[in-house]
Amino acid sequence: MKWHEKMLNIDRRWIYLILGVAVIVPAVVSFHVPVNVTPEVRRVYDFIEDLKPGDIFYVGIDYDPASLAELHPMAYAILDQCFRKDIKPVVATLSQFGAGMAEQVLSEVAAEYGKESGIDYCYLGYKPYPAITIMLMGVDFRVPFPQDYYGTPIDSIPMMRYVHNFDDLKGVISLSAGTSSEFWIIYGYGRYFMPLALGVTGVMAADYYPYLQSGQIFGLISGIKGAAEYEALTEYKGEGLKSIPYQTTTHVVILAFIIVSNIGYFASRRSKK
Amino acid sequence: MRKDLVWLFAGILFFGLLYLLNWGVKAISTDLLVWIGAFLTLAILSFLYQDNAFYKFAEHLFVGVSAAYWMCMGFWNTLVPNLIAKLHPPIVKGVLPAIAEKPPEYWYIIPAALGIMFLMRLSPKAPWISRWALAFIVGTTTGLNLVRYLRSDFLGQIKSTLIPVIVVENGSLSVGGSFSNIVIVVGVLCGLIYFFFSKEHKGLFGVASRVGIYILMITFGASFGYTVMARISLLVGRMRFLLGDWMGLLQ
Repeated sequence: MKWHEKMLNIDRRWIYLILGVAVIVPAVVSFHVPVNVTPEVRRVYDFIEDLKPGDIFYVGIDYDPASLAELHPMAYAILDQCFRKDIKPVVATLSQFGAGMAEQVLSEVAAEYGKESGIDYCYLGYKPYPAITIMLMGVDFRVPFPQDYYGTPIDSIPMMRYVHNFDDLKGVISLSAGTSSEFWIIYGYGRYFMPLALGVTGVMAADYYPYLQSGQIFGLISGIKGAAEYEALTEYKGEGLKSIPYQTTTHVVILAFIIVSNIGYFASRRSKK
Repeated sequence: MRKDLVWLFAGILFFGLLYLLNWGVKAISTDLLVWIGAFLTLAILSFLYQDNAFYKFAEHLFVGVSAAYWMCMGFWNTLVPNLIAKLHPPIVKGVLPAIAEKPPEYWYIIPAALGIMFLMRLSPKAPWISRWALAFIVGTTTGLNLVRYLRSDFLGQIKSTLIPVIVVENGSLSVGGSFSNIVIVVGVLCGLIYFFFSKEHKGLFGVASRVGIYILMITFGASFGYTVMARISLLVGRMRFLLGDWMGLLQ
C-alpha cells in the first residue's frame, strides 16, 4: 500500500482517539483563546441591557438535554443578565424534555441573586404544540398556562397579574434546538410583531441568518461560540468561554485531518494518471 | 461477548490504577447519579470502537426511558388539561386547581372522538376511519401555516432581497455595505438560475448557474463548519462532565 493510500485508509478509530486526546489537552494545559463578539450577539445583549428594571422579558428554554452543552450556557448568561438588571423573566419551554432543565437553570440563577418565584420571575413549565402555544400566548397567557409549573394559578402570581399577552412583554428570546424557533418567527414575529431574538444550535445557525438579514429577528446567538460571546459581554463565568479552548484544539485536529485527506486524495489521483 | 468482558476488565483496571496513583481520586464524585451518568456516557462512547453489549444496554435504556417519559408528558400535558379537565373539571382539582372550578366544555367530545378515530388505525377491520381525523389535522395545519409561511418565509425573504446595490451612508458611498448587498442579490439570482431547468445552462446563463453552484457550495461549507462546531460542543460537554463532575479533575 502506497503512502497516499494509507492516508486515505486511516482506521476511523484512530481519528476518534486523536480527537479524544485533543479534547483532553485543554483540561491538562490551560490556555486562553480571545473571543470576538459578533454584531448579532451584541444586539441581543444591548436589547436586554437597555430594558428598565421591572420590565418583563420572555425567555424560551425550547431545547432538550441533547442540546444542553450548546444552549445551557446561553440560558445561564441571559438569565444572569436579567436578574442583574432586575428585569423579570417569564420562562417557559416548548420542548417536552426541557421542563426539568429549565427549572434547574432558572432556580439556580435566581438563588444567586436572591430572587423569588412569582415576584421576580415566573416559570410556566411545558406546553406541547409550539405553534398553537405561541398563538395562544399572543391571546392570553392564561389559556395555554392556567397555572405555573408549581401549580399556582396565574392570577395568584403577583408578577403575572397584569401580564396578559405579548403586548405586556418587552421582547422574546427563544433558545431552541428544533422547529420551535421557526414557529416563533412565523407566529411570534409574523403575527404579533414581537421583538424576537434566537439562540440556536450550531447545526441550525446557517439556516437562521436569512431571518436576521430580513429583520424578522433582531439578534442571533449561534452555538457554543455565540454562548461564549454572550458570556464575554455579560462577564458571566460559564461553560461557553470554558469550552472555547476545547473547540480550538479539536478544530485544529479536524483541519489537519481535512488537509491530510486532501493531500492523500490528490496524490492518489496523480498516481492513477 | 468475550471482547466486551475484556473491555469491562480493562475499564476496572484503568480506574483501579487511577485509584492507586491517587490521580484525581480525592475529588472524584461520590454522587451515585453522577456515576450512573458517567457509566452511560462511557457505554455510549464505547460504540466508537465497535458495537458492544454496554452500548446496546445504554441505547435500549435511552429509548425506553424516552418513550415512557414522552408518554407521561403527553398524558399530563395534553390529555389531562386539554380533554379530561375540559369535560369534567372537578376531577383534576388535585393537579390543575386553576381550572378545576371552571364549567365543563362538552364540545371537547368532538376532538376526543377524532382522537379515538385516529386510534382506529390500529384496528385491522376499519383502519380507514383514521383518515377522517388525519384529514382534519392536515386541513387545519395547512390553513394555519399557509398564510403565515407565505408571509415570513416567502414574502419576507423576497422583500429582504430587494435591496439597493449601491449603499450610501452619511452622504458617502459605503463600500462594505454595497459589496454585502451585491453578494446577496447576485447570490440569490444565481442560486435561482441554478435550479431553473427549463433552459439549457449555456453561455451567460451557464456562467450564472456556475456561480450559483459556488454560492451553494459556500453555504454548505458554512453549514458543515457550524455542524462540526455543534458536534464537538456535545463531545466537549460530555468530556467536561467526565473530567469535571465525575473525576473532579477540572476547576
